[in-house]
Amino acid sequence: MGERSRLAEGLRIYRLIAGMWIRSLLTYRTSFVLTAFGNLLVTGLDFVAILLMFAQVDELGGWTLPEVAFLYGLAATAFGVADLVLGSMDVLGARIRDGSFDILLVRPGPVLAQVAADHFALRRLGRIIQGVLVLGWGLLTVDVDWSVPKALLLPVTLISGAAIFSALFVAGAAFQFVAQDAAEAQNAFTYGGNTLLQFPPTVFGRDLVRGATFVLPLAFVNWLPASYVLDRPLPLGLPDQVAFAPPLVSVACCAAAGLAWRAGLRSYRSTGS
Amino acid sequence: MTEGGFIEVDRVEKVFDVRRKTGFLRRERRQVRAVDSVSFTVARGEMVGYIGPNGAGKSTTVKMLTGILVPSGGRLRVAGIDPSRERTRLAHRIGVVFGQRTTLWWDLPLIDSYRLMHRMYRIPDARYRENLDRLVELLDLGALLDVPVRQLSLGQRMRGDIAAALLHDPEVLYLDEPTIGLDVISKAKVRGFLRELNAERGTTVLLTTHDLQDIEQLCSRVMVIDHGRIMYDGPLAGLHEVGESERTLVVDLERELPPIDAAPARVVRVEGPRQWLAFPAAESAAALVARVAAEYPLVDLSVREPDIEAVIAKMYADQAERVVS
Repeated sequence: MGERSRLAEGLRIYRLIAGMWIRSLLTYRTSFVLTAFGNLLVTGLDFVAILLMFAQVDELGGWTLPEVAFLYGLAATAFGVADLVLGSMDVLGARIRDGSFDILLVRPGPVLAQVAADHFALRRLGRIIQGVLVLGWGLLTVDVDWSVPKALLLPVTLISGAAIFSALFVAGAAFQFVAQDAAEAQNAFTYGGNTLLQFPPTVFGRDLVRGATFVLPLAFVNWLPASYVLDRPLPLGLPDQVAFAPPLVSVACCAAAGLAWRAGLRSYRSTGS
Repeated sequence: MTEGGFIEVDRVEKVFDVRRKTGFLRRERRQVRAVDSVSFTVARGEMVGYIGPNGAGKSTTVKMLTGILVPSGGRLRVAGIDPSRERTRLAHRIGVVFGQRTTLWWDLPLIDSYRLMHRMYRIPDARYRENLDRLVELLDLGALLDVPVRQLSLGQRMRGDIAAALLHDPEVLYLDEPTIGLDVISKAKVRGFLRELNAERGTTVLLTTHDLQDIEQLCSRVMVIDHGRIMYDGPLAGLHEVGESERTLVVDLERELPPIDAAPARVVRVEGPRQWLAFPAAESAAALVARVAAEYPLVDLSVREPDIEAVIAKMYADQAERVVS
């Protein structure tokens, strides 16, 4: 099977399984409505925390509230998309432990698609909605000297950011082949990374920003492109051109995550569990 | 290797690296040979029982045959396909039922799981409807299709799982403990169905079980594995001869009496008026019963079949002895 038809088959299998999870959830309608509502409320409060901070200060690391909202919105939307699509991959460790992972391996269809769709949770839509709202508000209130490159960079950044976070989810899942109880460690990077990006890079120490740029390239999700859009100097004194690197970085991240996934699956199939 | 074997296993090995903590951060690495140079061939349409104690290598073998695990050595083919290399292609041609795990969707009606299989395996519509109708009839699922799986009994769920594994017309069916935990009636239904499936469709069946009756009623051939090696491969009757196993006649006498004298049978246990007599499994029980009935005041009796675990334990002990001497 060619790479392209494999991708198509993966998406088809993903849709089938995600559909089953949605229908499973809808059998408990009240519970679904309540958790979806609770989710929206909790993610909503997340930004309220930042609003409260600005009630005390005018700037955070030199960034104004609309600028922080713009930054926050970019990260939250990108993360929300990855979280909706792949956020339940952390159940892989549990599946390996209880042996039900074997069932996925005797079915046709790419294993990655089956694991990605596992426990698909529609309630995570709340995170995207919240991210888009904050981003929209930030865009309306922020003072930007718009240009064509800046306008183009915006959608590109969102897609690349979602891809970078997706790669992080897949890499984290791959790590669970080695350590089946690593779900929490994975969450530290994914959810923790998201929280990190909600604040301007200027509030963090240089080493942390360096790590988030060169080791785990989260800075490409919003810090670098947002700095460029807002006519701010890029963190670490990086040249402006780097702000346009997110697509390349996201492709590299996805390739690395794909390799990690393959290595993880291969180690499972040669060691069993 | 015989030509035309549907399942071909040739000197297959599986070695696991086991790491054990021996102290803080210190680890000991050890290699465990779960399957040790196993060879066998199964012809199309055969029904084979694969038995052995826990940890003998049964499920490791089945996992290699289904493409879940990659063998460490040897050659393996199922329907001409190398399972670990072409897992997805193989998936369309095999059905797998894990007795203790379900593939069904817990919160959804049974029929929804079947619809998923229909689309996941891309089963042509007409074929799907035909297979579903037949399976529903044979496995008596008609009244259960609209019931959420979580409300099914264990026996109903097992039948549901078997149907799910067969919708795409697999040529070989692997069953891992298909009757575990089922009541007598459910066991009989499952066994009856498997017999029919094998006779009508010629589906090759490989089943692992702890229940000797599964084998007796279904399989013309049994393979015994222990410590990763095939200890026996042949008809079930022959297993008793090889293992020199014994059956037990339990007799209830009218009153307490000294141990019954009926050689070659020997009394292995006495408990009040009840006595246990062991006799070779190959001997007829009828002659022994007639003798005991003629000479002793008999109230009740029953014959117990040898325990498969005991037979295997004895076989293994015999082999160890031969190696030593």
